[in-house]
Amino acid sequence: MKIWDPVHECMDREALRELQLRRLKQTLDRVYHNVPCYQQKFTDIGFHPDDLQTLEDLQRLPFTDKEDLRRNYPYGMFAVPMKEVVRIHSSSGTTGKPTVVGYSRRDLDTWTELVARFMTAAGVTAEDIVHIAFGYGLFTGAFGLHYGAERIGASVIPISSGNTDKQLMIMHDYRSSALVCTPSYALTMADRMERTGLDPQSLDLRVGLFGAEPWSEEMRREIERRLEIVATDNYGLSEVMGPGVAGECLCRRGMHIFEDHFLPEIIDPETGEVLPPGSVGELVITSLTKEAFPVVRYRTRDITRLDYAPCDCGRTMVRMQKTMGRSDDMLIIKGVNVFPTQIEEVLFQMEGCEPHYQLIVDRVNNVDTLEVRVEVNEKIFFDEMKQQKAFVEAVEKRLASTLGVGARVKLVEPASMPRHEGKAVRVIDRRKL
Amino acid sequence: MTVQQISVFIENKTGRLAEVTRVIGNAGINIRALSLADTSDFGILRLIVDSPDKALQVLKEDGFTVSKTEVIAVEVPDRPKGLNGILEKLDQAGINVEYMYAFVEPNGGEAIIIFRFDDIQRALEMLPEMDVKLVKSDKIFSA
Repeated sequence: MKIWDPVHECMDREALRELQLRRLKQTLDRVYHNVPCYQQKFTDIGFHPDDLQTLEDLQRLPFTDKEDLRRNYPYGMFAVPMKEVVRIHSSSGTTGKPTVVGYSRRDLDTWTELVARFMTAAGVTAEDIVHIAFGYGLFTGAFGLHYGAERIGASVIPISSGNTDKQLMIMHDYRSSALVCTPSYALTMADRMERTGLDPQSLDLRVGLFGAEPWSEEMRREIERRLEIVATDNYGLSEVMGPGVAGECLCRRGMHIFEDHFLPEIIDPETGEVLPPGSVGELVITSLTKEAFPVVRYRTRDITRLDYAPCDCGRTMVRMQKTMGRSDDMLIIKGVNVFPTQIEEVLFQMEGCEPHYQLIVDRVNNVDTLEVRVEVNEKIFFDEMKQQKAFVEAVEKRLASTLGVGARVKLVEPASMPRHEGKAVRVIDRRKL
Repeated sequence: MTVQQISVFIENKTGRLAEVTRVIGNAGINIRALSLADTSDFGILRLIVDSPDKALQVLKEDGFTVSKTEVIAVEVPDRPKGLNGILEKLDQAGINVEYMYAFVEPNGGEAIIIFRFDDIQRALEMLPEMDVKLVKSDKIFSA
């Protein structure tokens, strides 16, 4: 199995810790001097970057969360002047203002290298024809994989997302061998292939690199069986870099976090306390090399576990398990971040009513579905069916424009939703992830 | 001269309709006429009962979402074209029917149609002029 950057990926852990400490100092220096938000955070607890002696000293620093990024929208968290920023991406921004992230020329180079690492780990080589079916745009997925694949020397087809029939035609005719998309889109493709009678044997596809949404081992097996490929997982988030924070090798026992660039911690999401190795908790990441948009102790809200046991592939970098959930109530539906509070806001805007509601998330034929159950009350009950239906449609329309993803509204009778100790159960996620 | 109708929101699941009739039956309330408009998710049950205020109260107490609506009851000759005659007159007068349902008055031998119009005031003014006979609520409630 080829390793893209064996010098770093197989580093002795003592040497790695030294490298991390050196880079962490540089990062803290950079943010202290260039990002007012961090300077304030450090000053508040009487911390100066010179105080950092060991990696453990990082634990003294406060976390950075999405709220910090939002407060400093759009460029307040940038640590370099705009003339040094050569690329801008952003998060989906479904909870209000999006998070804007910037990359210096060196950041783009690092990003490209890290994507090349996990693509190589998944078995992609210069011989491959890489079919990128992520949407090209502000979303980090497509461009991240694109440059990484080019760096490896593979041939890239930047087909972007949508138009499944055309995707399949190109995949067949251009002999795509590596597929890049969300796992659910891979299954949509498999469905279409079955309906149109396209035999996976007639394709050259052999490996898939999937990310941008949570998925289960069961889903992996289904993708592998139906597309006749090896399916691999990768992890990243725009606030930290995009794809390339971590990626699976062919041993497929967790995603190697590229620790020479990102320092991971696992914390108790309730207390913020750092948990011992092997514990399940929220992943917190500090970037070690980013110039334009460094983050210190960024709370990813993703729940996972780190495994420091040596991997058969020879890489020494720690592996993170597939994320098991979120420490906040965010849902990822069709790749879009959805918070129950957004739905609540829409409902409360309707005729000034304050209904009880519940979200039922499911995955039907590999497509995520969102049903919003709303308990009817006198303010939203109309004797005329026409008016009642119009109300439902109006809510659906507002939800679609607020969330960026469609939701079905179902009116239910009062008190039909369970209330535990006075607190409603807001989300029922039936997807087996 | 309107009639009070009780509307109840009913989720489309087994037993809910029976629950409504049980609640009002236990309260000694008699149903005179009803209609059910439904979708795959929910239905709106409309009831004409002999004591609407009491029905409203007991259903609310049982957790149902209920509303009271003013509708108009019209007497229709119980013979072919009896209803058609009235509908044509309404059409000519440009009065729009939101919904309607009918029952036959067992004692009087007349059919009674319950109408919900979009402009109830205008309907109340026009109907007598059109020779349409309105039915008083006490007649409906107490038959």
